[in-house]
Amino acid sequence: MIHTRGLTRVFTVRRKEKVDAVRGVDLDIEAGRLVAFLGPNGAGKSTTLRMLTTLLPPTSGSAVVAGHDVVKDPARVRSHIGYVGQRNSAGEEHRVRDELVSQGRCYGLRPREATRRADELLDLLDLTPLAKRLPGTLSGGQRRRLDIALGLVHRPRLLFMDEPSTGLDPKSRAEIWQHILRLRETYGTTLLLTTHYLEEADSMAERVVIIDGGRIIADGTAEQLKNDLAGDHVVVTTATAQDAEKAVRVAGGTARDTTVRLRVDRAAAALPGHLRTLDAAGVKVTAAETVRPTLDDVFLTLTGRSLTDDDLPA
Amino acid sequence: MTTFLRDTTTVFSRELRPALRNPVGLLFDMGQPLLFLFLFGTLLDGAVGSSWQWFVPGILVMMCLTGPMGAGYGLLVELLGGAFERLLVTPLNRTAMLVGKCMKATLTLLAQAVLIILLALPLGFEPHAVGVPAALAQLMVFAVGLGALSFVLAVKSAPSGTLFYVVSQSVLFPLLLLSGVLLPLESAPGWLRVLGQLNPVTYVVAAQRALYAGDLADPSVLYGGIAVCVVAAVGLHLGNRAMRKGV
Repeated sequence: MIHTRGLTRVFTVRRKEKVDAVRGVDLDIEAGRLVAFLGPNGAGKSTTLRMLTTLLPPTSGSAVVAGHDVVKDPARVRSHIGYVGQRNSAGEEHRVRDELVSQGRCYGLRPREATRRADELLDLLDLTPLAKRLPGTLSGGQRRRLDIALGLVHRPRLLFMDEPSTGLDPKSRAEIWQHILRLRETYGTTLLLTTHYLEEADSMAERVVIIDGGRIIADGTAEQLKNDLAGDHVVVTTATAQDAEKAVRVAGGTARDTTVRLRVDRAAAALPGHLRTLDAAGVKVTAAETVRPTLDDVFLTLTGRSLTDDDLPA
Repeated sequence: MTTFLRDTTTVFSRELRPALRNPVGLLFDMGQPLLFLFLFGTLLDGAVGSSWQWFVPGILVMMCLTGPMGAGYGLLVELLGGAFERLLVTPLNRTAMLVGKCMKATLTLLAQAVLIILLALPLGFEPHAVGVPAALAQLMVFAVGLGALSFVLAVKSAPSGTLFYVVSQSVLFPLLLLSGVLLPLESAPGWLRVLGQLNPVTYVVAAQRALYAGDLADPSVLYGGIAVCVVAAVGLHLGNRAMRKGV
């Protein structure tokens, strides 16, 4: 569905200052997948998406999207893909239903088809009661549902979504995700989305592509990435700092005050044995827990930075 | 070509629909020209005894400068939001986007111009039967060009939008004042008259006045016609380039 080779975009800021927003991205995404681009702000997620959706010509490299080259045949690419941008898609002066009908017309539907499709989408995304409203009168979650509806008018096999849930309250985010997942189940749509919510990438995506500094730095299922790059930890709290040091001598790991962290393969299975070893050595343990890694740990391992550090949603 | 026509219709009807849903908005957009017509026109009438025949064509040109030139504002709003980006991802023909938008701006102007003429009738304005349609046609060509230029300005102003306000405000008033819309340039000192002659709007205003007076063969009609055609050609060319390049 998507194949890129050496996809690169350089922005010229002022006369001589150049910014390499995306540097040589090679990516292959097969049909039917739900893939998340994860990375901090400015990592190149949106720029990559904008090149794949023909909004931005690549500086070099190639991209074939839905069977067509984004540079040589942008019109064909456009008719096969849907796009939900970061900002609101509906014009402020246009009623919800009018805008959906217009969107259908943009994809070449006849007026009657466009109207029928608009009503179908209003129903699908629970927007029917809002059909005559102006976008400005909708809540954040409702507007986002309208954006998604606009992206689905022509039943694309491939849908791009740039931060579909950013800025929404938890309830609206959950609703949006319900719609996205249902869409996939019903139509088998291939989904490529960007997010900076770690939990979302973790729980929803089948494949996570971590981007930093314009490059892909990791690519796999969330489980793979976490196991390979961060791993489980057993964390015990000891009665005293001396006990903690002793625990490190006996069983390894790193101590900080009375807390000892030890990386293991499967934390839940390793915990009982670990506790017996410490007990046999006379280490007094007051609390113990197993810690599964998060994608943030993965990012930390890869870059030495935390994703959450510079990535507070604006 | 059929796709182009279909896409133009799509853009045009999308642009037009909000106006049809709220036709009173058309009147509100005419606030400034209406004020000038009733307040300034009457004042002028009393002060220098200028005729409505002279003043109304000027008001129409003035409306042409504020209306279609402001059309870019709508595009700017869509550029700053995400609506324009959304349309760019559809297979919509880029030239059709420009043409459809220009058609809407031009049609709006036509409706407003007719309204102004009708409102000026009771004041004593006497339109010439052949002159009026010819004048309106010329005005519409001018509107196409100004609308397209305004779209170019909007595209160039993204993402901040500041450029749009700065340029449209700093260009509009000099163009108006130096065109003899409000007061005749004949009584101006020489340097001001020279500036006025460098202003393409001056020729349009002169041509409009000649047409409304029924002097269809007046040379000013030809010069005005050339002026609007040049503005339209330059506007459409630049506009098409801006739309194709996208943002």
